[in-house]
Amino acid sequence: MLGLLLLPVVIFKSQYLLYLSSLTCVYMIVACGLNIILGYAGQISLAQAGFLGIGAYVCALLGPTFSFWVALPLAGVICFVIGLGLGFPSLRVKTHFLAMVTIGFTVIVYLILTNEQKWTGGPFGIFNIARPKIGPLSFTSPAGYHIIVALVTFIILLLAFWALNSQWGRAFKAIRENEGRAEMLGVNLRNYKLMAFAIGSGFAGIGGALIAPLFGYIDPTMFALGFSFQCLLMVVVGGIGRFEGPLLGAMIVALLPELLRVTEKFFPIIFALAAVLIMVFLPKGSVSLIDWVYKELTGKEEPQLTK
Amino acid sequence: MKALEVEGLKKSFGGFAALKGVDLCVNEGELFGLIGPNGSGKTTFFNCVTGILKCSDGKVLFKGKEITNKGPDAIYKMGIGRTFQLIEMFPGMTVMENMLVAIQESQGSMLNRLFRIREEGNEKRALELLDFLRISQLKDELVRNLSYGQQKLLDFAMVLMSKPDLILLDEPTSGVEIEMRHEIMRLIKELNGQGNTIVVIEHNMDVVMNLCGRIVVLDSGEKIAEGAPGEIQNNPKVIDAYFGVEE
Repeated sequence: MLGLLLLPVVIFKSQYLLYLSSLTCVYMIVACGLNIILGYAGQISLAQAGFLGIGAYVCALLGPTFSFWVALPLAGVICFVIGLGLGFPSLRVKTHFLAMVTIGFTVIVYLILTNEQKWTGGPFGIFNIARPKIGPLSFTSPAGYHIIVALVTFIILLLAFWALNSQWGRAFKAIRENEGRAEMLGVNLRNYKLMAFAIGSGFAGIGGALIAPLFGYIDPTMFALGFSFQCLLMVVVGGIGRFEGPLLGAMIVALLPELLRVTEKFFPIIFALAAVLIMVFLPKGSVSLIDWVYKELTGKEEPQLTK
Repeated sequence: MKALEVEGLKKSFGGFAALKGVDLCVNEGELFGLIGPNGSGKTTFFNCVTGILKCSDGKVLFKGKEITNKGPDAIYKMGIGRTFQLIEMFPGMTVMENMLVAIQESQGSMLNRLFRIREEGNEKRALELLDFLRISQLKDELVRNLSYGQQKLLDFAMVLMSKPDLILLDEPTSGVEIEMRHEIMRLIKELNGQGNTIVVIEHNMDVVMNLCGRIVVLDSGEKIAEGAPGEIQNNPKVIDAYFGVEE
């Protein structure tokens, strides 16, 4: 897995392809986090863009004073804590109403980033966000920075995989499948929902902290509501509730627009159509296509990654 | 020692009174029957005891401790398990996963559960129970693919996972073939013989009369009779409730 994530460093020479690889990794982290909230615990969240923004600004603002290596985990921790706070409404409201609450959160973050010019640079954003160095080792080149992104992605995905295979994962699924019965079997809904929310938000924060040095420039519009829907798209198109699904979805959402660049002005139509077609014909996500191929080739069902 | 004491339990939904002050007492080790016509408040009674519904008035005590209006998760962890009249499962999870959810929250802390991935003890126990109910061959099947009767059996197996001190069974034999019905009755007796306190809601009179030592009859949210099966069978009020007043 780590090898796969690091592969682009070896095979790609162009800056552009390396940038795309890094972006895909970041999307994977964010999609994986949203999958924990949405696919496992069954709660909707459209706050991912907000958390990504918080992570990015934490990294951009604290990175120069302290260091990238402090800002990165700090972005995750801050978003984890804010996610806990935002998780509380998720105990009171469900489905559409929870979606509204999380949309509200993303809009609030956007407004704060835009209007608190003194701190955030307002609509002009922040320029020249430096990439990290360790002593003589510099990770400022596209290939160098991709190594960091890939390593962080690997660690985060490993953590997520491990957590989802623990009894937490099972409790999350039980909540998704039948909240009432789960509670009647002793599952503490409050604690588990809060944890799912906080972990997913923390992941988005880490993603944001990685994205700021990757772009080198951030402004509030990147973290507007639209990106939340893109995260949702990654999870749904990839395969909701499957560990590997959203990772595939992240690749599709990151790379398909680039592949479709040749179509120029028809791009939005084709991209939207592709997403709709995937959802209509592969309701369990594009990961079910891989299942199908695997079954045809070996005659066996593909084993589920998370129990 | 009293396993369950209920004093003046009332529950109303809007203007409709489903339970109108029920007093009831279940001794430890008893096999207790709760019967009554449809809509008499039996399941509502279970729901109030297990914390799914908030009681409008009255008190519920479990082993002398007040549990009125505690959360369902807390009450489950204290040792009250139940089955359901209608199917209440985790359809997208396997039979084994359903079994394991039923026990994991009663063990250790939340942090503990994040780190303890191996749980062979639980799996072994789950297999034994599934074996006993003859559905162990389905352990890796998704629950949504099971028949009604099989899900009913799984429900029964799940309630046994956490070894509750008080077991509430809501129509355990409905929708189950006759042979399995006898099997379940035998199992209930066996569990009771091991000292488990059990309350059964049942429509099948054969089952109740055979099984229970003491029976309470509910009608329109009120307790109309209490006693041994023989007494209940000949109680005119009970006959009225079930068959209407003879002209």
